[in-house]
Amino acid sequence: MNDMTTETAPAADAGETREMNMIEAINSALDIMLDRDDNVTLLGEDIGYFGGVFRCTAGLQEKYGKTRVFDTPISECGIIGVAVGMGAYGLRPVPEIQFADYIYPGLDQLISEAARLRYRSAAEFIAPMTVRSPFGGGIFGGQTHSQSPESIFTHVSGLKTVIPSTPYDAKGLLISCIEDNDPVIFFEPKRIYNGPFDGYYDKPAKSWKGFDAAQVPTDYYKIPLGKARTVREGDALTILAYGTMVHVVESVARDKGVNAEILDLRTLVPLDIEAIEASVEKTGRCLIVHEATRTSGFGSELSALVQERCFYHLEAPIERVTGFDTPYPHSLEWAYFPGPVRIGEAIDKLLEA
Amino acid sequence: MADQRDDKGTNRPKLALHVPEPKYRPGDKVDYSHLNIPKAGEQSRPDEACEAKDTFALCNDLVRVLGDDNQAHGPWDPRLDADTLRQMLREMALVRAFDNRMYRAQRQGKTSFYMKCTGEEATSVCATHALAGDDMIFPSYRQQGCLIARGYELTEMINQIYSNKADKLKGRQLPIMYCSKRLNFFSISGNLATQLPQATGFAMASASKGDSRIAATWVGEGSTAEGDFHSALTFATVYNAPVIFNVINNQWAISSFSGFAGSERATFAARAIGYGMAGLRVDGNDPLAVFAAERWAADRARANAGPTLIEHFTYRAEGHSTSDDPSAYRSAEEREEWPLGDPIMRLARHLIALGEWSDEQQEEMDTELDAMVRKAMKEAEKNGILGHGLHHPFHTMFEDVFEELPWHLEEQAAQAIRERRIKFPGDPAE
Repeated sequence: MNDMTTETAPAADAGETREMNMIEAINSALDIMLDRDDNVTLLGEDIGYFGGVFRCTAGLQEKYGKTRVFDTPISECGIIGVAVGMGAYGLRPVPEIQFADYIYPGLDQLISEAARLRYRSAAEFIAPMTVRSPFGGGIFGGQTHSQSPESIFTHVSGLKTVIPSTPYDAKGLLISCIEDNDPVIFFEPKRIYNGPFDGYYDKPAKSWKGFDAAQVPTDYYKIPLGKARTVREGDALTILAYGTMVHVVESVARDKGVNAEILDLRTLVPLDIEAIEASVEKTGRCLIVHEATRTSGFGSELSALVQERCFYHLEAPIERVTGFDTPYPHSLEWAYFPGPVRIGEAIDKLLEA
Repeated sequence: MADQRDDKGTNRPKLALHVPEPKYRPGDKVDYSHLNIPKAGEQSRPDEACEAKDTFALCNDLVRVLGDDNQAHGPWDPRLDADTLRQMLREMALVRAFDNRMYRAQRQGKTSFYMKCTGEEATSVCATHALAGDDMIFPSYRQQGCLIARGYELTEMINQIYSNKADKLKGRQLPIMYCSKRLNFFSISGNLATQLPQATGFAMASASKGDSRIAATWVGEGSTAEGDFHSALTFATVYNAPVIFNVINNQWAISSFSGFAGSERATFAARAIGYGMAGLRVDGNDPLAVFAAERWAADRARANAGPTLIEHFTYRAEGHSTSDDPSAYRSAEEREEWPLGDPIMRLARHLIALGEWSDEQQEEMDTELDAMVRKAMKEAEKNGILGHGLHHPFHTMFEDVFEELPWHLEEQAAQAIRERRIKFPGDPAE
């Protein structure tokens, strides 16, 4: 068994489990929800017969039919807009945006429509949709297949933003998102679809094989939104991360022998502020890590919250490690990526302060 | 850079940018003789289940039923009974009476904003009559006629316009951005054309469930330039969705004439041709033609024969809104010279020609409707007018952002209430 925390392992009474990578876990969540609720409808580019460019919807059209799982025109505005209308009818649409980088043509429908519908109609109409989209870099995707645009969505009132970091969490969180009556952006860190990534790009890639968090119950289960996961407990400093970066910070802390407390936020909105406060109050030091660009990134919000709420417990200035404020470069991908060197330096600075 | 251009020293002509310009500006004499207005009754009426291409000639024509003789002509005559005609007349007149009173209410400071639909009443009232009551309407902002045709209480509309404590939308929306799930009238957005893909999605959902309800949506000709229009029409034809797109071509988008949406090159109905969708171009000031076209499209959608784009050719007789002054950019003569007349007058004259109505009845009805609107205003004013403190309780500002109040909104709600207590000590209004 690998040394990843056992906290994500299923409870003893969770029934049958199977080893799954994140793609299979997402597929299992969609399969279960299509089966449990006739109103769940999947739509997106290439998701039907073909099963999605990352295979997350493989086999689902065959199982549930073309009116439940179908391909769409290449129109993100149309995909999200149509999903708003389907929600108004009473369906529970789960649109896929093929890459988060492509989501921008759908922003008006997400921000002005889906996110505001409950409020502007005084809850007569709602938009119970879960927008799934692979995000993040580290796959040589260049600037149009690597972005992490989560802070665009966390800034919007009325949207929830959820990002899993393991197969077990991906399935349980996705089921919660689909059952949620508010619109949710569900970003899937595509670098860790097939295995956790420790940040050492020059070492062989790992698969999810053998990881506790890849033991996924085959049945229905939920992980509540708004709850962070303690990846490991420690008292030297608190590291706040989500998605791929959870695995990177974990390996850096381990390699440096630092007794860090690592929180995987899992849900950015609504945020588990209690878990963050409790940890920072205990350790007195806080490192925030995300892959997205730095300026106005979600780390800025986290940093402000920790400063406002934990200032008298802080023994060092809060540190942020992020991607640089450039487009994601193709050939210099690993120079952009907030890898072990950048994280290690920030940890040293925090501990020396 | 300039050195690398290969037109150096050649005789290639200079390019010129075309920026559209309307025919008439303030003070200009208006002449509409260039408009091709065919005689009523001359347009063919294909079967509702026809192939889309069988409608394409109609995209460059104009479906008209009521002739200059005030009689109904041709295959598009919907042959409605006199009671239905009188009902449509009454509702159009009610919309106009309501608009006039609400416009004045805004001028009197009772609310911040209002939008009239003068001259366009048929495009919402008569179109709604052609739909079933449970068909879903995805309106734009000038479709108060749809709500009135579905019997929405005037007091409810005015409560919304006044953003008062009885406003069903809790004072959150700009005046006239109504919503009524009970009447299958979708929440109006202030962002333009977003309702088009939503209507398509509703129609797709209804079809995928094997339901019989269809969707109808309205959009101004100016907003057909939005990407949502293209997305909606693409999805609608790809999935053969049971949806009707009503493009209200009222010639003006605030101060921009329809040329800025492409009317110099093609009709708006002709947009349908590129998508392989059925299209109709209709005299939007002809109540019978509007009804007939909408019913044709509804029957077509309900028979799984696909979506329809209808261009309602009409004229925005008033300003865009209470915040607009059309005398600053267009000729006042346009309204007087508009060759398709006024929809209320045309239907009234038709009923009179049928021996089913009279000028006296019309006058009586107008008086009655105005009194009805004034009564509803008084009723609504008991619940407050904008800015006079009779609004929804403070905490409602934070509700319905999400189904449940998250911690950060709870904290912000507490702050809002604290601020209010500082400003108004002892006021229990929160």
